[in-house]
Amino acid sequence: MLVTNIPGHDRVGEFMSDQLESVEDFRIRARAWLSENMPKLDPAKEYNTNRVADREWVEHRALQKKLFAGGFAGICFPKEYGGQGLSPAHQAAFTEESVSYEMPLRLNVPSLSICSGMLLDMGSEEQKQTYLRGAISGEMILCQFLSEPSGGSDLAGLLTRAQRDGDTYIINGQKCWSTFAYAADFATCLVRTDWDAPKHRGLSMIIVPVHDDATHLQRVRMVDGSEEFCEEFFTDLVVPAGNLVGTENDGWTVGQRQLFYERQAVGGGSPYVSGQPPTRGGSSATVEEVARAVGKDKDPATREIVGWQSALDTVNHQLIKRITVGMASGEYPAMASSMMRLAHAEIPQHKMDVMLDIAGDEAVTSVVGGDGYLRSVGVQFLMRQGASLGGGSSEMSRNMISERVLMMPREMAADRDVPFREVRRGR
Amino acid sequence: MDLELSEDQKLFRNTTAKFLDNELPVEKVRAINKEGGGFPAEFWTQGAELGWAALLVPEELGGGSISGNGFQDLAIVAEEFGRLVSPGPLLPVNTVIAGLVEGAAIGGPDHTETIEGLMSGELIGTWAAYEPKGHWDPLNPSTTATKNGDNYVITGVKDRVEAGDAAGVFLVTAKTASGVALFLVPADAAGVSVELVDSLDFVRHHATVTFSDVTVSADAMVGTESATADIVERMLQVVVALQCAEMNGAINRVFEFTVQWAFDRYSFGRPLASYQALKHRFSDMRTWIECCNATADEAVKAVNNRAENSARLVSVAKAYIGTKSVQIIQDCVQMHGGLGVTWEHDCHLYLRRATTDRQLFGTPADHKRRIADLIGL
Repeated sequence: MLVTNIPGHDRVGEFMSDQLESVEDFRIRARAWLSENMPKLDPAKEYNTNRVADREWVEHRALQKKLFAGGFAGICFPKEYGGQGLSPAHQAAFTEESVSYEMPLRLNVPSLSICSGMLLDMGSEEQKQTYLRGAISGEMILCQFLSEPSGGSDLAGLLTRAQRDGDTYIINGQKCWSTFAYAADFATCLVRTDWDAPKHRGLSMIIVPVHDDATHLQRVRMVDGSEEFCEEFFTDLVVPAGNLVGTENDGWTVGQRQLFYERQAVGGGSPYVSGQPPTRGGSSATVEEVARAVGKDKDPATREIVGWQSALDTVNHQLIKRITVGMASGEYPAMASSMMRLAHAEIPQHKMDVMLDIAGDEAVTSVVGGDGYLRSVGVQFLMRQGASLGGGSSEMSRNMISERVLMMPREMAADRDVPFREVRRGR
Repeated sequence: MDLELSEDQKLFRNTTAKFLDNELPVEKVRAINKEGGGFPAEFWTQGAELGWAALLVPEELGGGSISGNGFQDLAIVAEEFGRLVSPGPLLPVNTVIAGLVEGAAIGGPDHTETIEGLMSGELIGTWAAYEPKGHWDPLNPSTTATKNGDNYVITGVKDRVEAGDAAGVFLVTAKTASGVALFLVPADAAGVSVELVDSLDFVRHHATVTFSDVTVSADAMVGTESATADIVERMLQVVVALQCAEMNGAINRVFEFTVQWAFDRYSFGRPLASYQALKHRFSDMRTWIECCNATADEAVKAVNNRAENSARLVSVAKAYIGTKSVQIIQDCVQMHGGLGVTWEHDCHLYLRRATTDRQLFGTPADHKRRIADLIGL
């Protein structure tokens, strides 16, 4: 297991520095600062739902700027890019202290945890000063342009092309599943720059503006009515050649680093995530709340189910903690994050199933104008499979675990070492 | 499989594993089964010399551990026991010790001599908690302890008593006039009779123990009546966390040899490990095992540190590992094909141990309901 594979490993020394403020001192300082500067959660206000997303984007940019001004933005990012140069333990303490305050949660994923994490490891000094600092300071929001309609799991088979033209790249093609792109300013866009190389060796990562006359962006409506995913069509989008991250045709290396951060973020183990969603008044009903709402909280069978889900949720957290420790020490390969990814699909899906069972017949109808609380359990159930699709499917995670953790033989790939233009494609 | 063991603890794990592998490799465990099960007395006294019955005993009573985290060290031994389906009264002896130490701490009658005997490995103690036809409900016994002058007279039947045939002393939960209390009852006291039952475990023995008007002095009480619930809670956490460590050792070992089998076994000209349908099942198992490792470690740490949330974390571990361990082993049996269900293959040794640990001291269902209580539903 290569220790050098572990992103952030080179910064472990920094975390261990004697000069770091102790976590407890930091916690006390954070507590005082939060109470003086951040708005308290308001029981009458709705948070973290699709209905209030547009409002929250505006608010959260402002909240991030507040954090930045107060010296609490980007806690685990280095100081030279606007972060605080502190450890994950400091971040965890800050998140604990911030639970009763409004926090810029919408900026956590993908902007800070995925795109910024990748830029820190792979970006040029200039890119870090512009985009990483921009994201940490609340000046800009980043998103990912990765997936394409031609294939989900086979990311490296993407077809969007970038052609070098003097000091620029000209981009043509189509991206999809770009979470929150409508609210973002810049995207890390994976494109094909060499069609004669095998698929993984002809890719490049380029930072592109999201809103441009050459880009047509539209929001995609999902089964629960949300419109957080977008798709983009590029027609001769021109970007400066300096926006290339890493080297030309080495985009897969850059992309893999970004995917690592995606698995970590989707699995719940990112050190760059600050704050946690409010548990009440938000979209995520708890199993206990549902049991009480339908008056089944004293029913032994229901209590057993609720106890089990509580156990599973606890185990999910314990798993994240353990794998994070294992990867940081080099005991586990980076691909061990796929186990978090897999558990973080199965356990929430189990939760949706039991909530539906407990909510019973009340999950399918609700009085017009009412709070729709129990029907929201039914609506959430419609999006159940999203948990094992977003951020890479569970099937891909299973491939990763078997091939990169258990070192079992790789799946046969008909496109391996074949020039990309000769690879067979569907219609 | 704690990822954050100290150097001392890693060394302790290695020496424990080596000792078990030398003294009782699986072939010897099979030989013990052939002779009717149980455990060789000298194996247990040798283990006691390595400290297996001293880790929960405070230093002033002659116990202790090198790492200073006695329960974590004990869980390491339990995990190694699980890896080799070892015989021996590791769980019952240490559970009784936990009860005696707890009783001493709250100022109950002195049981130093019994603790010393247990530490030496010469004396075997076991908790007589279950009763016939009863489910896990240790604070609601029908066995009675009736005060008679300075003595108590104990009457009742206990069953599913591990190592009941080897025990020199029973820790008995009994109903008194005013509540429930724990008593130490010597196996040779008049009125005690022990009958072996058939156990699912490959080597471990369980017994039904009948107490017919057994007279013990008031000094036989462990702790005080009012502290019984706390002592029982501590014993429950100790034995359940050890079961979890043991089940965990078992599944890690079974998974290791099953993965190896998947590489070695060829069908249609390819190793089993090359089939995606099987790779995906191995990935699920690997993830569940990682979850088991994580939750067992947290439970063990919580018991070791007497954390405020230890009751919940122990029940979380038991509910999860109790559920997943047997699923994982059954899946590994499936990977072995018909071989997996033969007597000759080792899978069933582990399945027997994991199933036994799963069912006793609260089934996963019992612990799920306990979690609902503990989270205030």
